[in-house]
Amino acid sequence: MIHFVLLISRQGKVRLTKWYSPYSQKERSKVIRELSGLVLTRGPKLCNFVEWREFKVVYKRYASLYFCMCIDQDDNELEILEIIHHFVEILDRYFGSVCELDLIFNFHKAYYILDEILIAGELQESSKKTVARLIAAQDSLVEAAKEQASSISNIIAQATK
Amino acid sequence: MGSQGGFGQSKEFLDLIKSIGESRSKSEEDRIVLSEIETLRRRLSDPDIPKRKIKEYIVRLVYVEMLGHDASFGHIYAVKMTHDDNLLSKRTGYLAVTLFLNEDHDLIILIVNTIQKDLRSDNYLVVCAALTAVCRLINEETIPAVLPQVVELLGHPKEAVRKKAIMALHRFYQKSPGTVSHLVSNFRKKLCDNDPGVMGATLCPLFDLITTDVNSYKDLVISFVSILKQVAERRLPKTYDYHQMPAPFIQIKLLKILALLGSGDKQASEKMYTVVGDVFRKCDTTSNIGNAVLYECICCVSCIYPNTKLLEAAAESIAKFLKSDSHNLKYMGIDALGRLIKTSPDIAEQHQLAVIDCLEDPDDTLKRKTFELLYKMTKSSNVEVIVDRMIDYMISINDNHYKTEIASRCVELAEQFAPSNQWFIQTMNRVFEHAGDLVNIKVAHNLMRLIAEGFGEDDETADSQLRSSAVESYLRIMSEPKLPSVFLQVICWVLGEYGTADGKYSASYISGRLCDVAEAYSSDETVKAYAITALMKLHAFEMAAGRKIDMLPECQCLIEELSASHSTDLQQRAYELQSLVSLDRRAVESVMPADASCEDIEVDKELSFLDKHIQGAIEKGAQPYIPESERSGSLNISNLSIRDQPEVSTHSLRFEAYELPKPVAQPKPSIPQASSTELVPVPEPSYSRESTYAVPVPTVSSSVSGSTELKLRLDGVQKKWGKPTYGSSSTPDMPSQKSENGLSRNDDSSISMSRPQSSLDYRKPSVEITPEKQRLAASLFGASSKTERRTTSTHKAVRSTGQVAEKTQVAKPVDPPIAKATPVQPPPDLLDLGEPISTSSAPEVDPFKQLECLLDQSESASASSHTADNSSKLPDIMSLYSGMPTSGQTSGAVGPISVNGDHLVSPSEVGVIATPAGTSGPVQFSKGPNLKDALNKDARVRQMGVTPTSQNPNLFKDLLG
Repeated sequence: MIHFVLLISRQGKVRLTKWYSPYSQKERSKVIRELSGLVLTRGPKLCNFVEWREFKVVYKRYASLYFCMCIDQDDNELEILEIIHHFVEILDRYFGSVCELDLIFNFHKAYYILDEILIAGELQESSKKTVARLIAAQDSLVEAAKEQASSISNIIAQATK
Repeated sequence: MGSQGGFGQSKEFLDLIKSIGESRSKSEEDRIVLSEIETLRRRLSDPDIPKRKIKEYIVRLVYVEMLGHDASFGHIYAVKMTHDDNLLSKRTGYLAVTLFLNEDHDLIILIVNTIQKDLRSDNYLVVCAALTAVCRLINEETIPAVLPQVVELLGHPKEAVRKKAIMALHRFYQKSPGTVSHLVSNFRKKLCDNDPGVMGATLCPLFDLITTDVNSYKDLVISFVSILKQVAERRLPKTYDYHQMPAPFIQIKLLKILALLGSGDKQASEKMYTVVGDVFRKCDTTSNIGNAVLYECICCVSCIYPNTKLLEAAAESIAKFLKSDSHNLKYMGIDALGRLIKTSPDIAEQHQLAVIDCLEDPDDTLKRKTFELLYKMTKSSNVEVIVDRMIDYMISINDNHYKTEIASRCVELAEQFAPSNQWFIQTMNRVFEHAGDLVNIKVAHNLMRLIAEGFGEDDETADSQLRSSAVESYLRIMSEPKLPSVFLQVICWVLGEYGTADGKYSASYISGRLCDVAEAYSSDETVKAYAITALMKLHAFEMAAGRKIDMLPECQCLIEELSASHSTDLQQRAYELQSLVSLDRRAVESVMPADASCEDIEVDKELSFLDKHIQGAIEKGAQPYIPESERSGSLNISNLSIRDQPEVSTHSLRFEAYELPKPVAQPKPSIPQASSTELVPVPEPSYSRESTYAVPVPTVSSSVSGSTELKLRLDGVQKKWGKPTYGSSSTPDMPSQKSENGLSRNDDSSISMSRPQSSLDYRKPSVEITPEKQRLAASLFGASSKTERRTTSTHKAVRSTGQVAEKTQVAKPVDPPIAKATPVQPPPDLLDLGEPISTSSAPEVDPFKQLECLLDQSESASASSHTADNSSKLPDIMSLYSGMPTSGQTSGAVGPISVNGDHLVSPSEVGVIATPAGTSGPVQFSKGPNLKDALNKDARVRQMGVTPTSQNPNLFKDLLG
């Protein structure tokens, strides 16, 4: 199972974290510190896997962003590598050539997407289309709600200006 | 104000993100975040903020917490937000709550009610959001509250809901298998769901279930096989295809399950052969995902009942992996080799050179994996080389976690396969010297036991030789500065016990050395305790032998110092030594008999001498004792209303009516044996085990130390020396008592000991006239090339040439080509093959390194370095994406591009964006539309007033390049 997902930039800035196993806030920072030290320093041609504590961390770099997933010893690393890629492809489809900035400003959307792909540390959906459809359904609801809200709140905002 | 551009965030939030992005140091970032926390705290405590605002604040809280700061004050607002009727707010609330809270958080109880309500909603999106939260937040205690609804949702018309419900049930199963055990049949049913997504999700819980109980699921083999067949034949909807592979993730899960089901079951395995063979053939070996499936096939083949054809296919794939340029594939190849080796041990031989290349690879991950493989294929013929390599590597690394692991592996291998006592002791010395503080204390105890017991054969001379060689090596090592405490304990013990046994060294010389140790490590009480006890033994043995021994002045000093010590243990030892010296010869002899550490002390573990007392107490109406193990499981009879411990300790909210109390296993009236080891408190420092009391210790306390020993060893792998007789570490002061676990154990170990020796003959000859690598290969794999046998680096006297010749003749058909191949490729070529990669990568790495340094150190050195860095990174992103790391191209491309990057130092954003386009032709081609997108995005951001400075131009780069 996947214990956590971590997105860190080349500068070591955290872009997204999702924990599927319980970690306290303190442990989380420690894990992030340890792993960014481990992953960011690795050369470009080495394996995309690192053994870490009693786990393995599979990471992949896209532009300036590292996607890391921590898995159990007996999981299939290549599969995880493809799950990461699957996630990135879905992000790409959603944001339209996704870049780090999209994830910085819309990290909550990235979380929603991740929630549709992984659940409880397991891959729940391997069809890009299904994920896209679900996200779109959620977004359309959001849009509808927003229109309603904004029409009112705009009036208020205008009035209070 | 309100939402802006395409990012849907307020200006304030964008500014926050921007200022954090631009902060130059961690402290600056912390300051910004702290002030943000203050702002949020103020705003959120305002009673009448609009809902929309709260939502944004919550998102900002998530951001703050993601950066590693504490935002716990805001958790309650997130919880409140889940109660909201508006789906938008609700979703944000759920997202924040799942990110903020762990399942043991107190606030969970406030959410359960909302979740219950939302699970009943007509809107399937609300149900989905609630189910996602269920997976993350519901703990053992709250499962019953939502379980009925989740089960109901298994029949929901929307497949997304069914899928999530399955995953939620799976989570429940992981948390507490008992609560859902009656629902297991649902998983079977859902395997036949129309939707492939639901079916795929069902494989997760089934995998777990089958792992715990294979036999109940044997009937599903046919179903799984037919599903896999359909998947492989592309019967699933096209949307499940991934990089031209039909539903590879589902295939992998299925293969994993088949591996479990077919393991050791010929009948079940036979049903799988065809389909696994099909999958093997259909795998696309050029794509990463194809290789992932292939790897899973190999794992499956190595697990199920062996089939020659499949094994051949697996071996072929492994060969492909190992020959690949990609480190990832090599890694997988090594791993797969380690799996397959169990069923076909000779396959490793074909790949010896590849394995050795991996062993010498600069990539640490690959190296470790290779060590794991070597660990798996260690035999008595190659143990020396392997352990030697392992120790060398162990010395070279700093990672304590891995150091511990590899040290324990070394010890394990040495214990199992040691070719000679001398070698064993030397190896242990090295391990202790370099990782002494990391190895388990029981390893030290095992070593002491080995030295005390010898080989277990009745060969007294060999044993005493072993001892004197140990003593000699320890006397040599002792002078080294800063030895690990554990090692010193062993040294002291051995010197005390056997220092003077062979008469080579005088007692006063050894006492002097021991006093030195006690002085040099004066802060380590354990070592001091060992040292003084050793001194006591030396004196006792001398006196018993009728020789006169004078107390050395430094020894006297030590005794005085210790008798005033803060530690009562040290004091006692010092006083004991003092009083022992004043005893007469006969008394000393019986108190401290020589070389009696192997004498066993009988321990009445069941404390049967107390039975009478207990019986009396029970007759008087006392409660019978219930062991702890039985207590925690089902407490309910004894303490009526309380259910079980976990629930008692935390708040116990009930969501349903109380059920009838379960009948409980009748507690045993007598004191059970197993639990006595658990319950007896473990005595603190380890040296207490080496208790050298002049008077026999009361049995109770000796049983204490006995039980600790037993407890310590529980996790031990079966070992040659690792037999739990606890006599060795306790001293020979109680000869009258005999242990129950004495003799049989000794026999046991002697049997296992003879095994490696008989198998020494299997050592095969190896090549002499070859580079070091081949020699290594030969020593590792026992290569079957027909050249002279190698004579280096073995201390082995036993080697039968006859056997060897026979071996080479009987060499398997696989061997000749290899033997041929090796000479055909002259040694330098072999090296060359490996070299270009490493040499070309070395200069390539350097510029990156330098750039990284630039980046990290001179933050002010802005755009020029970034741009260059940015552009030089391009090629490897490309190669990553394409999944075909072309070493030649990459290294070639780096040069011009980075030069180009240097020219393009203009810090303007346009320049930055132009960089990728301008520098790399092929990239530009593939990114035609993306560039425009990036520009648009940039423009949008600028409109908002968030001007991205040159801090990190990479932000604009498309992730998929």
